[in-house]
Amino acid sequence: MTLSLPLNVPSVSDQVWSVGQLNTAIKQLIDGSFPPIWVRGEVLQCKVWSSGHWYFTLRDGRSQVRCSMFKLNASRAGKPPADGTEVFVLAKPGLYQEKGEFQLVVSRMLPTSAVGQKQQELERVKTLLQQDGLFDPIRKRAVPLYVSTIAVVTSRDGAALKDVVTVTRKRWPCARILFVGARVQGDGAVADLVRALKLVNRLPGLDLCIVGRGGGAREDLAAFNSEAVCRALANVRVPTISAVGHEIDISLTDLVADHRAATPSAAAELAVANRRDVLRLVDDLSVRLASGLTGRTRLAASRLARSSDRLHAGMQGVLDARRNLAERLAAQLDALSPLRVLGRGYAVPMNEAGRVLKRREDFVKDQGFRLRVADGDVRARVE
Amino acid sequence: MPKTEPASSPPALADELARLEEIVRKLEADDVELDTALLLFEEGIARLRSARERLGAAELKVQAVLEEAGGDLRLTDLDA
Repeated sequence: MTLSLPLNVPSVSDQVWSVGQLNTAIKQLIDGSFPPIWVRGEVLQCKVWSSGHWYFTLRDGRSQVRCSMFKLNASRAGKPPADGTEVFVLAKPGLYQEKGEFQLVVSRMLPTSAVGQKQQELERVKTLLQQDGLFDPIRKRAVPLYVSTIAVVTSRDGAALKDVVTVTRKRWPCARILFVGARVQGDGAVADLVRALKLVNRLPGLDLCIVGRGGGAREDLAAFNSEAVCRALANVRVPTISAVGHEIDISLTDLVADHRAATPSAAAELAVANRRDVLRLVDDLSVRLASGLTGRTRLAASRLARSSDRLHAGMQGVLDARRNLAERLAAQLDALSPLRVLGRGYAVPMNEAGRVLKRREDFVKDQGFRLRVADGDVRARVE
Repeated sequence: MPKTEPASSPPALADELARLEEIVRKLEADDVELDTALLLFEEGIARLRSARERLGAAELKVQAVLEEAGGDLRLTDLDA
């Protein structure tokens, strides 16, 4: 009797997966493929466990998916939704490995009705601000190149101030940060932010204002969509950066501020220069300053040398001209000299005093006189 | 205005560096007289020193702005 094996069984060379391996591979595949996404659906059978976690199903007309929401996130969502409530959930798709169940791990839940109302209010404020030109690019002011003093409007409790301080301390420690505290969410946040932004306008020597908060749920960012806060921000007299840390949404303060940064840390990066770069610039200027002066003195020295040559040449010309003149005059003098006449045989009679005897009466009988001839004097006497 | 610390207003670093850049450009041009060049150089050196001192200020200062009952502002050092 022979044992025959069916052909479609695994052979020793085939890789055989364990269930655990399969689930791990699928989980990795899903985890690597999806960032947190918003999903809309109807809640079914929301169960609250003693641990505080919520487990429910989300469905639409065609499909459904299991969801879990851990205690911390669930506590922020308020009461568990009744069956049939339509919601938006912010969730990360994943696999419950042990049971091989596909599920959504939900971090936020918002009833669509509430979102609808909030969305309408947001659109209303946005339209108003837009009509008033608060989003106009022409309003946008540049961040100063090297800031000295930065106001930071945020909550004392949140991470935003610490993040701004950390980045600024690292990049630009020669600055000063003025912290203006304000609640950034919940009751009173709008009034606090408006008061703080007005107070910023009273700070002397200010270069820049950062307003913001660390990441939060969409509903926690409401104050940054408020008309009053936006208008107060638009009235800040120094350039502004809105840094309302949220990975998905843009708040209205982001649109009103001169600049938007995704997080408070990014706002600080935008606000301050890097000291290392500026020191390099100063070094470069220092070298250029020195070589500028050296070049300038070298130029002056060469000009001086050229001037000296020209002066020398000029003086030589003057001297030559004078010498020529002197020679010319000497020649003329020579031509006019009586000595030249004497050379031709004439003589000049002079008395003892050297006066020239020109007329007959100048000659007195028996008186001696001198005759000047070409090569000397000859003594003579009148007869 | 803060009561505890009146605002001081040295020339902004940006102005200081912009002037330094201007001085260097003038020195690099050929049309400046030697005595003017020397004056510019001296000014440049002073501004370089000042810029380096300011950049060298080691400690980031963090202060909280508080509004007192009367509406005056007060600054207090913050350990942040």
